Amino acid sequence: MARMATTRRVAVSTIAAWLCGFLIFFPILWMMLASFKTELEAFAIPPSFLFFHWTLENYATVQARSDYLHHALNSIIIAGGSTLIALLIAIPAAWSMAFSPTKRTKDVLLWMLSTKMMPPVGVLVPIYLIYKTVGLLDSRIGLVFILCLGNLPIVIWMLFTYFKEIPRDILEAARMDGATIGRELVYVLTPMAIPGLASTLLLNLILAWNEAFWTLNLSTSQAAPLTVFIASYSSPEGLFWAKLSAASTLAIAPILVLGWFSQKQLVRGLTFGAVK
Amino acid sequence: MKNVLGAICGASCLLLAVPAMAETTLTIATVNNGDMIRMQGLSSEFTAKNPDITVKWVTLEENVLRQRVTTDIATKGGQFDVLTIGTYEVPIWAKKGWLVPLANLGADYDVADLLPKIRDAVSVDGKLYAAPFYGESSMVMYRTDLFEKAGLKMPENPTWDFVIDAAKKLTDKSAGVYGICLRGKAGWGENMAFLSAMANSYGARWFDEKWEPQFNTPEWKKTLATYVDLMKQAGPPGASSNGFNENLALFNAGKCAMWIDATVAASFVTNPKDSRVADKVGFALAPNTGLGKNANWLWAWNLAIPAGSKKTEAAEKFIAWATSKDYTKLVASKEGWANVPPGTRTSLYQNPDYLKVAPFAKLTLASIDAADPNKPTVKPVPYVGVQYAAIPEFQGIGTQVGQQFSAALAGSTTVDAALSAAQSSTEREMKRAGYIK
Repeated sequence: MARMATTRRVAVSTIAAWLCGFLIFFPILWMMLASFKTELEAFAIPPSFLFFHWTLENYATVQARSDYLHHALNSIIIAGGSTLIALLIAIPAAWSMAFSPTKRTKDVLLWMLSTKMMPPVGVLVPIYLIYKTVGLLDSRIGLVFILCLGNLPIVIWMLFTYFKEIPRDILEAARMDGATIGRELVYVLTPMAIPGLASTLLLNLILAWNEAFWTLNLSTSQAAPLTVFIASYSSPEGLFWAKLSAASTLAIAPILVLGWFSQKQLVRGLTFGAVK
Repeated sequence: MKNVLGAICGASCLLLAVPAMAETTLTIATVNNGDMIRMQGLSSEFTAKNPDITVKWVTLEENVLRQRVTTDIATKGGQFDVLTIGTYEVPIWAKKGWLVPLANLGADYDVADLLPKIRDAVSVDGKLYAAPFYGESSMVMYRTDLFEKAGLKMPENPTWDFVIDAAKKLTDKSAGVYGICLRGKAGWGENMAFLSAMANSYGARWFDEKWEPQFNTPEWKKTLATYVDLMKQAGPPGASSNGFNENLALFNAGKCAMWIDATVAASFVTNPKDSRVADKVGFALAPNTGLGKNANWLWAWNLAIPAGSKKTEAAEKFIAWATSKDYTKLVASKEGWANVPPGTRTSLYQNPDYLKVAPFAKLTLASIDAADPNKPTVKPVPYVGVQYAAIPEFQGIGTQVGQQFSAALAGSTTVDAALSAAQSSTEREMKRAGYIK
């Protein structure tokens, strides 16, 4: 009897979980479906779910009009570059704050977080002027730098909370065996924090991939990533939903695939440490 | 040693000389409209004729483009060489010294051929600051079959009374047909474009000669009350979220008996590929109330050169090419006369080939002629612009007012409350900007 109740509970919660998952995924599914419709069908009310004339016309148009690979490559370089640099800076910073805290560590952490509280548009003009003067407008380095700065507080915070979970005794044991700080970081701390590092890396990659304010404002054509590619398919006069959906599907495809393959690490990382 | 140094110097001089001989690359910022995309596709013809110039395109959504270009131009960033801007920006930016006057468009450009109203809209103190790429006004598009069935005949210059009466008669909610579709989505370029033009025909105005907002006048009350009442009785459900594209879809699906919107829509609704009612559409001037102004606006997308560009000569060459008569002919030869950019040149409306494929051409021209950006209203006003006031503050003010009016249409506020909120928010902004005390 008890087993039956448990089975029923498992079944109910499985159905509920699938339903939630479907609800969350629905907008993306809808976008993907719209990308295979004609413009008229994409706009039709009531909309058709599966029974419409499937077409690849939108993908062909998008392919003919824009250089997808150029934009995708820029996105990979900008998101990947900014994430790697942010991790390189954040690992030692989070390590020192987690294992050698001082009186001011908490203030420093809060101060870092406070930089995220300002709306980016508030500093658009100063940043634009600086970038213009140093020649960083429409350059990948410029975008890597600004996205790295923007995401650094989150990366440090996440790593800090993961590192805090690691018992100090293990590090002390390593030190007793004569490990230097560098060795301690590379051979002891990093392997233990891999799930945390992986989820930080992936989250930061997604944030940088989707970042649309700075990438739209500081790039023109040379360094323009996929956000600019998507933005070029919205039109004030004329139907554009199907083409926009096709462009968006192409833009999210790489990150969706990456997320799919690394979901194990992501889930482990997110349930490990204090960020739950 | 000396020889080696000399050789190095010589080599570096040669290297430095290379960029001077290289091509000029123009960066062109534009919105994603059919005509612009076509221009992008045909630009290889321009570069073939000008092998020393290459073009790079930045296509962005209208509002993103506006923000992006404004930041660049205000900081003299020099990221763009040619901009696509609307008639709203041209006078404001020209007065700020942000645009380069177009004085060398070439001997065969024929400035006199530009439609006078459009030319006025892109000129400041008699100087051309932008070249119109395509122009539009607004007009009534209606279903000839439904009118015939109801025994109604649309006059060429209808009054609001006729339009309102017809809309009520033609509404058949059970069959999913609504008498009239109008913009309701909030925004200075959305519902306020339509409502400002409608208000002009009712004798209302945004500001009096001393820049005092006028939403507390009976003319505005009549305008908004008529609009809300008409849409409630004869408009489609959820009209407060409908903009150009939503109404286009409704009209093309046969759900609207009338639609008052941009003249460029005429080519969309008569295109059998996109429209189910392509062969049943008639056109008329936007309605009036007998006060001498029709409810139609004037807008053009134009090409201009920002003051920060270092390649003005090449940029002007491109603009002259893209807005020339020859460009029109090029589009016609490649994609047919129905696809040429409309509303900028008198010669196009005298071309029999164009008139044959564009049954709406005559009404488009008449609509453009009926709108006067310099005298947009019945009573005098201190601003330029038909469906907007060409002052930098208008975008913000227009959108705030648009939100109030959209709420009135949705029924979440009353007409009186919306007008009084519009009046107070506009007063506040105009005081802040220093127009009034």
